[in-house]
Amino acid sequence: MKVFEKSPSFYQVFERKSGPAKEATHYCPGCGHGNAHKMIAEALEDLELTSKTVFISPVGCSVFAYYYFDCGNIQAAHGRAPAVATGVKRANPDSIVISYQGDGDLAAIGTAETIHAANRGENITVFFVNNAIYGMTGGQMAPTTMIGQRSATTPLGRVAGVHGNPIRMCEMLATLPAPTYIERVCIGDSKQIMKARKAVRKALQIQAEGKGYSFVEIVSPCPTGWKMDPVTARDWMTEEMLKVFPLGVYRDESGNREEGDWHRHYEGFDPAKVNPYLDRLKTSMTESEPVALKQDLNCKFAGFGGQGILTLGLFLSQIGMRAGQQVSWFPAYGPEMRGGTANCSVNLSSRRIGSPLVDEPNVLVVMNQPSLDAFEDSVVDGGTIIIDTTIVEGKPDGKRLNAVMIPATEIADQVGTPKIANVVVLGALAAATDAFTPEFCMETLRSVIKKKSLIEMNMEAFRKGYDFVKNS
Amino acid sequence: MAKQFMKGNDAIIVGALAAGCRAYYGYPITPASEIAHAAALHFPALGGVFIQAESEVSAINMVYGTAGMGIRTMTASSSPGFSLKQEGLSYCAGAELPCVVVNIDRGGPGLGNIAPEQADYFQVTKGGGHGNYRLIALAPNGAQEMCDLTMKAFDLADKYRNPACIMADGITGQMMEVVEIPEAKPLAVDHSSWCVAGTPETSGHLVSSIFLESTDLEEHNLKLDRKYKEVMANEVMFEEYRTADADLVVVAYGVVSRIVYSSIDAAREEGMKIGLLRPITLWPFPSAPIAAHAARGASFLAVELSTGQMVEDVQLAVAGKTPVHFYGRCGGMVPKGQELLAEYRKIMEGGN
Repeated sequence: MKVFEKSPSFYQVFERKSGPAKEATHYCPGCGHGNAHKMIAEALEDLELTSKTVFISPVGCSVFAYYYFDCGNIQAAHGRAPAVATGVKRANPDSIVISYQGDGDLAAIGTAETIHAANRGENITVFFVNNAIYGMTGGQMAPTTMIGQRSATTPLGRVAGVHGNPIRMCEMLATLPAPTYIERVCIGDSKQIMKARKAVRKALQIQAEGKGYSFVEIVSPCPTGWKMDPVTARDWMTEEMLKVFPLGVYRDESGNREEGDWHRHYEGFDPAKVNPYLDRLKTSMTESEPVALKQDLNCKFAGFGGQGILTLGLFLSQIGMRAGQQVSWFPAYGPEMRGGTANCSVNLSSRRIGSPLVDEPNVLVVMNQPSLDAFEDSVVDGGTIIIDTTIVEGKPDGKRLNAVMIPATEIADQVGTPKIANVVVLGALAAATDAFTPEFCMETLRSVIKKKSLIEMNMEAFRKGYDFVKNS
Repeated sequence: MAKQFMKGNDAIIVGALAAGCRAYYGYPITPASEIAHAAALHFPALGGVFIQAESEVSAINMVYGTAGMGIRTMTASSSPGFSLKQEGLSYCAGAELPCVVVNIDRGGPGLGNIAPEQADYFQVTKGGGHGNYRLIALAPNGAQEMCDLTMKAFDLADKYRNPACIMADGITGQMMEVVEIPEAKPLAVDHSSWCVAGTPETSGHLVSSIFLESTDLEEHNLKLDRKYKEVMANEVMFEEYRTADADLVVVAYGVVSRIVYSSIDAAREEGMKIGLLRPITLWPFPSAPIAAHAARGASFLAVELSTGQMVEDVQLAVAGKTPVHFYGRCGGMVPKGQELLAEYRKIMEGGN
């Protein structure tokens, strides 16, 4: 009879196992893992899934599952198996991925991974062996240890008010909408084992059909951890544990989910698409002959958030880029910028740019009073300072600096909106520095402004700023 | 134009796409979040994978899963998040899985702040997790290198079957520069001999870092060590500026190397013979060129955004032959050019 044979999904000889006994498992007599392994191996074989199965083994007694399962095996860090399973399944949606975990692994150190893989509805199967104890590490309290149960770390028994209550994972996961199938079974009498076998098979079938996340909790005995003989352990499990961990189906949406439903999100990666896609990331800017710079521009632009300070820097940078110059732009970043002051540094140079930070600007744009106070002294002697006089009341040192006073916000308002005061300032900057012709700047702006309906207004704002400086 | 003006953080994803990376897993954190934003936009558009993981720990373990399938994959974070990834990186190194992890270094320790720092140098270069392992660590100092060195990181990770790390400061992540968009080339790597791809051809393979027998684990460690020595022999990258006759060689990487670069010519105009040696690989560290300058009598100054981490590797390379000075700012403070010049004057007047 087939049930007495070793499933072909198992290795016939366990070559990966150390020591001489290469035909026996490393599990203790009466342990539930052997039964659970057998059910999985038989289901994989019957469903013809073995050759595309990736079995993720956890940390715990089943860490050595790869000794036995003749499929692809990945050994994961403690508690991380559902995350590893996610990385496997998403990368190859056609694989069959099993996350096999114990109670410490799944419900203590790996709780987050467990809940979130379930919540995403990953099309994986999680087998959760709940034996109410840490076996491998020497019988410490598990998250599922029973109230009153003694363990190495609860020598007087688990006390709810001190150690917490046993966690019921099926019930918890059943609060989530995504999982397709959640059932708790146990390695008890032959009837219960038959039910467990069916649940294991069903969970894998659901995955194979692409119907989403399946979770089977297998309540199991651990005679060694519980310090009982196998028969007593089995009795204690069915009499005591099942009171706290009732058997049954907690979720079954398999009839309501279509075959391949999960797969529709995952078309698969197409290498042929990459280069055309990278082409689309290239600038929309029109080509130009290089334009020589008379001198390096080391600019600091400063004002309130919302005045377009950073965009002003970007526009100048793109003009510099089109002119074939080296360019860098750096914003003061982070939460202090939200609703507060904004500033950025822009360097244009014909040579390699060193520091992207501009400590000593030769062009300073000031669009609020605090920025004048903060940055005026940093400008190099003979440098240019451009001030939006609509907003800034103070006056710079006109002897030391080339001061350009322009009511930029007022001009922008006349053109259509105060929001384009930054472009008025850009026109003023082009005029004050004579770095680029207005035509060159405007052509560049045309090709980089995304909203085409705004182009003409920006052109007018630039021209007015430029003319204001040239005519004054 | 085959170029774009972009942030260093965005350039990392452009490099990753061109390198054939197919899956990105990450968790939001300033100042690295733009990397996840770009990945969320670009990877699904190509049929690739993007998952915002529930934690940094999960993100690196999703990387572990995809890397185990022999597929190019990555994650990115900033210092506190990078700390959380150390367990996963140790497993990746132990199981010899190629992957790329980016650390946009911010101020620490603890929550610190979001300003630029380089105080994760020890964690990045000395094996921040448990066990005998190293990350191959590359330190870009501009947007083009964020792209190009990310591509290089994938190649090195595959070549040595080891995680490779992009170590950049917050400034290099946030600044924008002109980037030449690269072309994706067909991948030449073949991981079919070991990977677990969920296919009949790879069934029977095992990805694992467990070696129960001490003899086996020692053998495994020695094998990794041989690999790391090979990396040290073959993969050192650095750049020098006016060092040939320098009395003082300034060693700096990332954004600091650019601030130093700006100060070198000014120092020379004042008659100080100063040059810049910039490690591009932090591990393997360019010890040989530093030792060569020490042998001809040059002194050294390590400048870092830390209270002194890389300087220890400079000292190891110099081996006591000549003085090694240190200048550092931290907490998000960045040295100004004038500040460095004052430091150079102080050292040069001190007669070293």
